[in-house]
Amino acid sequence: MYNVLEAENVCKSYLNKRALQGANLTIQQGKILGLLGPNGSGKTTFLKIAAGILHPSSGKLLIDGQEPGVYTKSIVSYLPDTEYLFKWMKIKDAVQYFKDFYTDFDEKKAFALLEFMKLDANSSVKSLSKGMKEKLKLTLVLSRKAKLYILDEPLGGVDPTAREKILDAIINNFSEDSSMIITTHLVNDIERIFDDVAFISDGEIVLQGNAEELRLNKNKSIDELYREVFQ
Amino acid sequence: MEFEFDDKMPIYLQIMDHIKMDIATEKLKVNDKLPSVREMATILKVNPNTLQRAYQELERLGIVYTQRGMGTFVGERKHMIDDLKQEMAKEVIDSFILRMKRLGFNEEEIIESISKNITEVKKNV
Repeated sequence: MYNVLEAENVCKSYLNKRALQGANLTIQQGKILGLLGPNGSGKTTFLKIAAGILHPSSGKLLIDGQEPGVYTKSIVSYLPDTEYLFKWMKIKDAVQYFKDFYTDFDEKKAFALLEFMKLDANSSVKSLSKGMKEKLKLTLVLSRKAKLYILDEPLGGVDPTAREKILDAIINNFSEDSSMIITTHLVNDIERIFDDVAFISDGEIVLQGNAEELRLNKNKSIDELYREVFQ
Repeated sequence: MEFEFDDKMPIYLQIMDHIKMDIATEKLKVNDKLPSVREMATILKVNPNTLQRAYQELERLGIVYTQRGMGTFVGERKHMIDDLKQEMAKEVIDSFILRMKRLGFNEEEIIESISKNITEVKKNV
């Protein structure tokens, strides 16, 4: 069992704001980690560093033993919490776009997932509702054969039925030779799919552990624990 | 297979209990095939590793067995159904006794209240 991601004392400041203050975190191969914290706790900053979009101000973050760069980007599939699909695109153009960009993109899988999500390849991106857009983004990200999937708020602003579909897609497409890191503040809906959880508060990991052991030792659900840490 | 989880307790233990219950009540019979880890994970919306752990623990207890490439099956251990029933009955009774004691009943009173209520329940069933 090796660590796909290792973060040691990672700090990040924006001018005078310190977004990360020495975050330590590891993710093992074959595990799903929930990175849990309220808005502004540093979740997205951490993920952006792992995705190679931001550089840490200090500290070290390694993915598959390497610093974020060309290699790590080739094995990390990242779902950002922002819009990145062009409005003029049809869904099938977006699939083509990903196929051109990533050598590990599996087009067949993408079309199978679109069908599962009940998305029509001929609809245009700008006609999609928020939930449908989220489903499309997830389809694209899960259709890569990556070692590490980084999903930033995959359930954000999505209604409960769409949430179920998204959860199903994540469970169905997770393979034991990859790993996942998922951020959310909707802990209740998703806590059963985490192997490990890490609570992040003010740019620091304040609690990390195996979800089942935390339940056993604290006699609480992860959701209750979350409320306790962030009350 | 539909059931409500109590997220305060380890999920794998709840899955194990549920399968044990199905075996004890003979919903699952000897040599029946259990759904694959992946199928079950999707149905229950649970991490596949959690399911794997539940299956492994059940196998360690000799309740199920795995055939490579074929799947997981209900085991043929001797007296398994009776053992499981006894085990689950003990859990129910232990927690009942504990709660009665917390209410301040002593041992004779507990037995007395059971024999009184058992006839009433019989009338109602």
